[in-house]
Amino acid sequence: MDSKNTSERPVGVIGAGSFGLAIANLLAENNPVLLYARNSEAMHAINEKRHWHKHSIHQEIAATNSLEAVAEQCRIIFPVVPSSNFREMMKSLAPFLHPDHILIHGTKGLDIPGDLMDVEDDSLVYTRKNVHTMSEIIRKESCVVRVGCLAGPNLARELADKQPAATVVASHFNEVIEEGQRLLKSDRFQVYGSQDLIGIELTGVLKNVLAIASGALSGLGFGENARGLLISRGLVEMIYLGKVLGGNMEAFIGLAGIGDIVATCTSPLSRNFTVGYRLAKGEALPQIIESMDEVAEGINTVRIVKKLAGHYGVRAPITEGLYRVLYEEKTIEETLTLLMKFPFNIDVDFL
Amino acid sequence: MKPKGKRSKTKMYDPILPGVQDWPVVHLAKNRKTFVEEVVKRSVERIKKLRDSKAALFEELELTVFKEKSRLKETPWEVDPDDEKEFWGDVRSRLASLPKEYSAELAMLDYDEEDLLREVVERYAEEIAGDFRPSYYKLARAIVTFGLTRFLNAARLQGIDRFYRNELSLRDKVKITGEVELVRSLAKKGTVLMVPTHFSNLDSIVIGWVIHTLGLPPLIYGAGLNLFNMKIFAYFMNSLGAYKVDRRKKNLLYIETLKAYSSLAMEKGIHSLFFPGGTRSRSGKIEKKLKLGLLSTAFEAQRRSLLNARQGGESNKIFIVPVVLNYNFVLEAEELIKNYLKTKGQERYYIESSDNSTSLRIIKFIFKFMTKGGDISVSLGRPMDLFGNFVDKNGDAYDLHNRLIDIEDYFKSNGVINEDLQRESEYTKMLGKRIVEEFHKNNRVSASHLVAFTVFYMLRRRHKKLDLFNLLRLPNDDLVVNYVELKRTFTMLREQVLEAKRLGRLDVSDSLQDEDIDEMIRFGIKNCGMYHTERPILFNKGGNVTTQNINTLYYYSNRLIGYGFEKYI
Repeated sequence: MDSKNTSERPVGVIGAGSFGLAIANLLAENNPVLLYARNSEAMHAINEKRHWHKHSIHQEIAATNSLEAVAEQCRIIFPVVPSSNFREMMKSLAPFLHPDHILIHGTKGLDIPGDLMDVEDDSLVYTRKNVHTMSEIIRKESCVVRVGCLAGPNLARELADKQPAATVVASHFNEVIEEGQRLLKSDRFQVYGSQDLIGIELTGVLKNVLAIASGALSGLGFGENARGLLISRGLVEMIYLGKVLGGNMEAFIGLAGIGDIVATCTSPLSRNFTVGYRLAKGEALPQIIESMDEVAEGINTVRIVKKLAGHYGVRAPITEGLYRVLYEEKTIEETLTLLMKFPFNIDVDFL
Repeated sequence: MKPKGKRSKTKMYDPILPGVQDWPVVHLAKNRKTFVEEVVKRSVERIKKLRDSKAALFEELELTVFKEKSRLKETPWEVDPDDEKEFWGDVRSRLASLPKEYSAELAMLDYDEEDLLREVVERYAEEIAGDFRPSYYKLARAIVTFGLTRFLNAARLQGIDRFYRNELSLRDKVKITGEVELVRSLAKKGTVLMVPTHFSNLDSIVIGWVIHTLGLPPLIYGAGLNLFNMKIFAYFMNSLGAYKVDRRKKNLLYIETLKAYSSLAMEKGIHSLFFPGGTRSRSGKIEKKLKLGLLSTAFEAQRRSLLNARQGGESNKIFIVPVVLNYNFVLEAEELIKNYLKTKGQERYYIESSDNSTSLRIIKFIFKFMTKGGDISVSLGRPMDLFGNFVDKNGDAYDLHNRLIDIEDYFKSNGVINEDLQRESEYTKMLGKRIVEEFHKNNRVSASHLVAFTVFYMLRRRHKKLDLFNLLRLPNDDLVVNYVELKRTFTMLREQVLEAKRLGRLDVSDSLQDEDIDEMIRFGIKNCGMYHTERPILFNKGGNVTTQNINTLYYYSNRLIGYGFEKYI
């Protein structure tokens, strides 16, 4: 798109991880961008070397380490930070926000309160009362009401390489969807809209579980039959979970659902896929986490979703299987055998 | 039947605006003509926006005429003007004479779609607009208060002079709790919009009295047109600030006119009231889903008022005051729950019956209430702005970080206030949810509700295998609850209820705060639906507890739905 946006206000991006950078670069094609980087090393690299995290930085991007500056200067802000830091980030940002701000986040994880963090304690109950999506955290922690999210097959590396892609902007507010489209759209980046905010958030969150499982299949050296099986059964599982957690089925069969599943379940560029792959190759989880420079949201998601599924009585064999692998030291092979024996009878029973 | 506890009279507050001439509703009445004109102008604008082509407008008018003609045929009412048939016949023939496309023919006619639209809307606006007259108001209020007090005393006191004694009054009967001072203070700062729960036909009378007692100027509220069927009622309704709402008219033109009326009134600072649940709660549950149509007019009003302020005019902040009415006895309970079960059970569409439209019925009803109704408590919830932020006595709201919230920000895009109806419809949903939340928080649970709830859910648990409808069909002999068990369950549930109160999830009436559980249960049983011919709960000869009408028991137990207490039984 060659029509530059005329409004002087920059668009804000919070988080200088690879997805944050990819989003900032996309936005910068249409608008000036003010990018918040928590550590000053990143800020300087972005502002001076114009290169950070294997991403080259668009000339329209300026970095800052002041959240206040982002809130002051930008009406529209894209927070893209890991879910485990999201609430804390919101707490620091909120004192500068007003009800006319628009926040569109790109974080694909769930929030659990601090006192539920202890994995070992089985007595802790996870329900939708204490497990929140990021849009809910924004609403809870700030006075902002116009909230949206981004989800879709958006592998950061491919976006950075300027390959064609598309995303979904979801919000209850048409205004937010339209602003998201206006800001992000380009001739190689298509932007769809959806009103099902929670559904779209949940697809982004739940698909990471499948990505780990899919990576594990590849790590075991299996081919595409196995993956086809995993993806289709996984989708059914996602839909059941998504429904009890407050989403609609439509989200799961759209771009942010099946579209994103295909991308993350087949690409070694996906962090979650990589986690599964390396697990299957025999590496231990702590070692994998240690060596990754960015968070694979799926690891936490498996734990949270397993507990949610238990609470709501939803059968989630794939999530439960992965849980045993990640947290109970079962091997992938054992789990796979168990899964293959699982009595699924009906193929599609959710439509 | 003497209710327990200290009998303290509800305090009478000084009027916040001593001069009648200062009442916003009086301003409205004085400027009725210009007001109605403005309503027409706005409605026409809005409808043209919604049906933005000649063809679409034509179609809408055709549909309106069709609906109105069938209304006239199927549900004619006394209150309908005599020329109704003529009017719609005329609109129809003129509509038919309009050419479908622009032509020379059109220039010959001295009217077009828009003129017809305006005529229809004018007619609606005239009908909706109330006819408030301060002198009538004072008289009507005096009559109502006097009359009701007589009725009350006649029923409660014995003796030849019973009609002339003034010992008991509404002030004994209705207990007001909650944010009284705050509401009074806000009524001086901006526009108060009261949104009460709706359980009984009595609600409007009770609220009217509460408003007077609190020293607030009269509020305008939409009253069903059916109530105007009888002249004497029409007189009272008009004098008490009612505008007319005709539920038979479900066409766009009417609905938009009604919304414009409500919105303009609020914008002009006229305190208003609507029952956001729409109709009385059939099930006895606190409303979970609200009718958002009228509620959305508050946003329109607020936005326009902010724009006015920008242009140097007056700005009115709108304050939402959720009000919860608590009855131990709802006269219509039997009829309501039957209705509810019928709709629920057979998935049959519920047809708006004219059950309460006859004046005699209403008079009987009011009489019965005043003589028989148990004590009522009215809880005024914490006032909030349209975005669910609690406000202080200055009408200011603060966010989590103690910063003053400027409500203009909610209406702005890129720094300017703009009209975005989709955004406002989303805000309306959010506000609806907040009001429901506040309803639950301000629900004053009494012993009678809790006993009904305990007994009903004990029965449900015992007959786990039956669905609700089969349970309700059991003979009363099967519906006995052992007193010892009841006491145990009641005690445990009461702890849960008190805990919920500590967490601010609900409120608890004095009847649940005493020490003596037996006394509490006895009191609850005595008061629960006390005047139904078939008692919802009563002691049997063996000292255990049973029911004579499980439907009403179900109705009263529903008052405690929405908190998850079922799971403890």
